[in-house]
Amino acid sequence: MNAYLHLWLIPLLPFAGFLINGILGGRLPKWLVTTVALLAPLAAFGVVLNASLGVFGFVPAASSLPYIETCPLPWINAGLLHVNFSFVLDQLSLVMLLVVTGVGFLIHVYSVGYMGDDKGYARYFSYLNLFLFFMTVLVLAGNALVMFIGWEGVGLASYLLIGFWFEKKSAADAGKKAFIVNRIGDFGFLIGMFLLVANFGTLTFTEIATKLGQDPGWSGGVVTVIALCLMLGAAGKSAQLPLYIWLPDAMEGPTPVSALIHAATMVTAGVYMVARTHVLFDHSPFALSVVAIIGAATAIFAATIALVQNDIKRVLAYSTISQLGYMFLGCGVAAYSAAIFHLMTHAFFKALLFMAAGSVIHAIGGEQDLRKMGGLRKKLPVTFWTMTAAVLAIAGFFPFAGFFSKDAILYAAFLQGTNGKILWFVGVLTALLTSFYMFRLWYMTFLGESRSPDVHPHESPWSMRGPLVILALLSVGGGWIGMERFAGFLAPSVGVLPTEAGNPRLEIILSLVAVLVALEGWLIADKLYRRKPARPAQWAAALPGGYKLLANKYFVDELYGAVVVKPLLGFSKFVLEWVVDFAILGGAAWLLGGIATFTGAILQRWQSGNLRSYAAWLAAGAAAVLLFLLVPWATVLDNLSAIHLGMAGH
Amino acid sequence: MSSFLSQEVPLSWYLLLSAALFSLGVVGFLIKRNLITVFMSIELMLNGVNLSFVTFAHQWHAVKGQIFVFFVMMVAAAEAAVGLAIIIAVFRARATLAVDRIDLMKL
Repeated sequence: MNAYLHLWLIPLLPFAGFLINGILGGRLPKWLVTTVALLAPLAAFGVVLNASLGVFGFVPAASSLPYIETCPLPWINAGLLHVNFSFVLDQLSLVMLLVVTGVGFLIHVYSVGYMGDDKGYARYFSYLNLFLFFMTVLVLAGNALVMFIGWEGVGLASYLLIGFWFEKKSAADAGKKAFIVNRIGDFGFLIGMFLLVANFGTLTFTEIATKLGQDPGWSGGVVTVIALCLMLGAAGKSAQLPLYIWLPDAMEGPTPVSALIHAATMVTAGVYMVARTHVLFDHSPFALSVVAIIGAATAIFAATIALVQNDIKRVLAYSTISQLGYMFLGCGVAAYSAAIFHLMTHAFFKALLFMAAGSVIHAIGGEQDLRKMGGLRKKLPVTFWTMTAAVLAIAGFFPFAGFFSKDAILYAAFLQGTNGKILWFVGVLTALLTSFYMFRLWYMTFLGESRSPDVHPHESPWSMRGPLVILALLSVGGGWIGMERFAGFLAPSVGVLPTEAGNPRLEIILSLVAVLVALEGWLIADKLYRRKPARPAQWAAALPGGYKLLANKYFVDELYGAVVVKPLLGFSKFVLEWVVDFAILGGAAWLLGGIATFTGAILQRWQSGNLRSYAAWLAAGAAAVLLFLLVPWATVLDNLSAIHLGMAGH
Repeated sequence: MSSFLSQEVPLSWYLLLSAALFSLGVVGFLIKRNLITVFMSIELMLNGVNLSFVTFAHQWHAVKGQIFVFFVMMVAAAEAAVGLAIIIAVFRARATLAVDRIDLMKL
């Protein structure tokens, strides 16, 4: 194997695709656009696979991990700060790259079918390739600043794709909302970076780890603040409390975008970042417990909202938030490899869920309301069976992928003392809710009688069904790697699992509990949405307050609107309208105009049109010049001052 | 002993005469209303200046001053031709030569 892995190709191939389709896309024939758009991620995936061959031991490895590739030209050399453009390949980034380029490629294929009739076809794919470019930069980054480039870039791509149908006001607004809410998180990331530079003098992840390892005095104070700042950034990008509000609105974008960016890859960047900087969190128990609590709280909070949503994509969006909460819970109990494991399986089954939902939406002509679906099982067999696999996986049934990863996180939480038991209980409760709302969605979509009889659904084309099937296989079998082997593989990057010292029997009991809870959720959904379909409405009527609270998502958007957005908007409006526009701009215009008018009014008296007055002014001027030249001013002034001094002398 | 006539006239006399002519021209230009009189005042100023040129040329034995005078006279002649033509045109249009009444740019 060659010693050079050509990591730089991984981001640059999608970037080339972005440039070609972005600049020429409108003039190229459609088949060429498709070819370019699909080849870019496929080639990137190929490069990743080539690199992974050595790592997994299929061929002799050329270099030991972490393998670092640095641009020979220095990037920033300012005083003590030296930042290079460096990429790093280790076990963590390799797993993430496989997920990003692999699932990314499948979603590109799916998009060919889903977006086939859209007039912005080339624009769509150029954005999608742009996203892959930034996402791979984020994943490969060897230091925090390069990661920040990718971090901001995926935010940009996300904004562009949420607002892809920008003629629709709601889509444009949702794009802006995502962008602005992410700014708050990015602020935290930036402050964290400043603090890193100030305290460690470097932004390179490996150097930070070395410095922390050398000096055990690093703990508490500074490290906690840095870790919390980074966590704020992660919470923004990964839609955690209190910054999760943008993700449900992001569903305005095309469904494959929701699958790729807002379920499988971009939103997991926060989890990836925490795992990447885990040494900082390891040195701060307080920051770790904050991560765990935010994760658990988000998990159950979002799951309760998902219970009553009627838009198929919104259910999945809240489910994504909830599952991301699990991942942060995993990070918070220092089980980083469990969190990454869940990240991977979640990428499989959540991308599948979104794409299957997209297939349903595509089949029935753009309808997203669960109440208007039903009975689609016979009409859409491939979609139905793949979605079933995904539902079983997310609900945590054995032996589907979600079971293994969710179980690993819950087990790690359970071993974390008393607080860990509470976190575990919240996690299990969330699992019950997850199972319930997923089966609710499943029943309402596919089973029973059709609630819109005049719609004639048709199964999607092969370009959409193919990725569904592949992802279904991964959702079923993605967890069979086994937590032990996965954790062992990741250990050099993120440290060993805290559960190594655990009790195998306890683990089996906890797994049984998790599966029973999932089964219970299914049974409740079965009862409410198959056997007694009138029941949900009755319950909603019996508990109007609770139902309203959930259906309106705890009024968080309204709360933020009243507390943050409205005052800010009012203040900005005041500043813009009165201070800037009226006082500064208007005042300057009035002042300049006034000066011109005033001097004009005075000077116009000279322009009398009277020849003799002009001549008189001319003569007076000449006389003045003559006077000035003839009078010996120096002598006059000397005499004057002599008089003055003489007087002073008296 | 040289006769009164053979004595040189002092330089200052010429210059005083020149200044007097020029000042008369200026005053005439400013206070007269008739365009032709104004025009004559300009000639007076020009000739006042001419006189000082000639004086200095004589004093310093330099020919430049006299050449200057020729130029001034040439310009004055040209000016007189153009100026009188304009005066005639103005008079035809306005039937007046009072400068106070000719205060518009167009005829």
